[in-house]
Amino acid sequence: MNALVWARRRRTVARFWSQFRQNKAGVFGLVVLALFVLTALLAPVITADNALSVTRPPGSPLEGPSADFPLGTDRSGRSMIDMIIWGSRVSLTVGFWATFISITFGTLFGILAGHFGGWPSMVLMRVTDWFLVMPSLVLGVVLAAVMGRSLTTIIVAIGVTSWPTTARLVRAQTLAVEARPYIERAKALGGGHLHVMSNHVMPNVMPIVLAQTTLMVGTAILVESTFAFLGLGDPTTASWGATIQAARDVGAVSSRMWWYILPPGIAIVLVVLAFTLVGRAIEGVLNPKLRERR
Amino acid sequence: MADSALPTAPVPQLTPSVRDRSGVRRRLRYYGEKLGGSLISLFAVILTSFFLFRVIPGDPVRTMTHGRPVSIEQQEQLRRDFGLDKSLAEQFWSYLTGALRLDFGESFQFNRPVTDLISDRIWPTVLLVGTSVVISAALGLWLGVRGAWNHGSLSDRVNTGVALTLWSVPSFWLGLILIVIFASGLGWFPTSGMESTGVEGWERIPDVAHHMVLPLATLVAVVYAQYLMIMRSSLLDEMGSDYIVTARAKGLRDIVVRRRHAVPNALLPTVTLIFVNLGFVVFGAVLVETIFSWPGLGQLFYSGLSVPDLPLVQGLFILFSAAVILMNLVADLLYPVLDPRVRP
Repeated sequence: MNALVWARRRRTVARFWSQFRQNKAGVFGLVVLALFVLTALLAPVITADNALSVTRPPGSPLEGPSADFPLGTDRSGRSMIDMIIWGSRVSLTVGFWATFISITFGTLFGILAGHFGGWPSMVLMRVTDWFLVMPSLVLGVVLAAVMGRSLTTIIVAIGVTSWPTTARLVRAQTLAVEARPYIERAKALGGGHLHVMSNHVMPNVMPIVLAQTTLMVGTAILVESTFAFLGLGDPTTASWGATIQAARDVGAVSSRMWWYILPPGIAIVLVVLAFTLVGRAIEGVLNPKLRERR
Repeated sequence: MADSALPTAPVPQLTPSVRDRSGVRRRLRYYGEKLGGSLISLFAVILTSFFLFRVIPGDPVRTMTHGRPVSIEQQEQLRRDFGLDKSLAEQFWSYLTGALRLDFGESFQFNRPVTDLISDRIWPTVLLVGTSVVISAALGLWLGVRGAWNHGSLSDRVNTGVALTLWSVPSFWLGLILIVIFASGLGWFPTSGMESTGVEGWERIPDVAHHMVLPLATLVAVVYAQYLMIMRSSLLDEMGSDYIVTARAKGLRDIVVRRRHAVPNALLPTVTLIFVNLGFVVFGAVLVETIFSWPGLGQLFYSGLSVPDLPLVQGLFILFSAAVILMNLVADLLYPVLDPRVRP
């Protein structure tokens, strides 16, 4: 890569950012996300050492909100605030890894199917349709149930069932890019398949992939909380969904312990909404026609 | 919808008999292709589910009896019951013939055939899911049309914001919150179940309706947002079209332009998506039925998951997938009826 290319890319990023900044909802989402990521990273620093300990909990079980525990305590006597802070780690980790799997597969399959065409493309797209037609969440739940309970299982189940949407999007974009004359020029100058895919198609597909990634992380976090609530997660990690399930188990619903149910749900809504807003803002920058509408 | 006054190009008139015959053949071919595609998908689902339940777990019996005291003899008996002592090919054959006869084996947990359990529980789910799809489609489409027609207005921005927020809400959590507020808090609605005991005859209808309010509200809240967003963006696409400008230039009233010209065209992609999104609604029903102890298939699925009761989960997995495939087929067959442009 020479300096000229880098200067051009820097300019593109700067233009992208200045347009993104005009979308207030997107900026709000970005700020919320930054806060949650910071919280997740700093979790060991801002909570006490025994915050997650069941044997030496900081408080007594199921206490209401007080000065010591602003959001009360859970069934083992741990502060709900600490549970939310540590839960953000689990949710973000699962969200990012599941998205990573899903986007990697989706982008790879999409580019390959779009670039090569012919029967390999047809086979790939048939496989994609096969996945699209099955209710992916039900499939994910079944996968998680069959493979045994752990965070890895959940990540794999979400990743494996969510890539087809990305594959379809990327394939369509690849086809659009490959129809442009400069691809023909690159081929005429002796550019091989790998060169065309990595140097020409890839940079053009990346913006769409970026928007899709952001939206996907939000969905993955939502699905993770659902799976954890269905009891498919690792029983020892305190994800937000698992906390809500624990609340339901101890009868927080009938005894109206709002501080046990409300905070984890609000955390999920905030993070998922933030990812969605950022994703939509990115889409808006990429597609000006969409932007006028909002 | 038929009189949507689309400007159509004059069709070159062939001799009627020739045109008719080729038209019929083309139509038959279209329906045949769609039907064949659905059958292939169904077969793929049956194939997937064999691998999912027999091959991935390694030893299904150990997965199912995990963490409970089961003697070696019992385990051996279970293995014989599931036919695990036979070769994989023989297992596949008996599984396939069983699936074609709608025989998914016996539930490990209830000691009853899976098919019986499903037929006992199917109607409450159909009632809940059906009603919620109708309400959320009507609500989503109505709000979507209003939002697109006045896009950028305060009510549009509020509606879009609410929809996006509700879309981010986990349905099981929303259900719990509704129970805390309206059932155990204010006591307006029952916390769970579908019927009160001892209610007979015509009295059952208002009783079931009363039980259904909260589950229905939960399901509608998480589903309608999608319909709203789809309808809104597809109507916005149509609003830039030339035929809308023409209709306005003719001096038609705003409401006529909207009802007669814009909305029918914008409805088409939305209707397809309503059918395609059914898989999402089915999964929502699993959670909502679990939360509200609604005696349907979703609750059955949940109770099967927690054991795990593999024959039961397998049967339900195939049923849910088949329902989604069927609905996709219905959408494919309905599309030419709604849109003359894609009529084969």
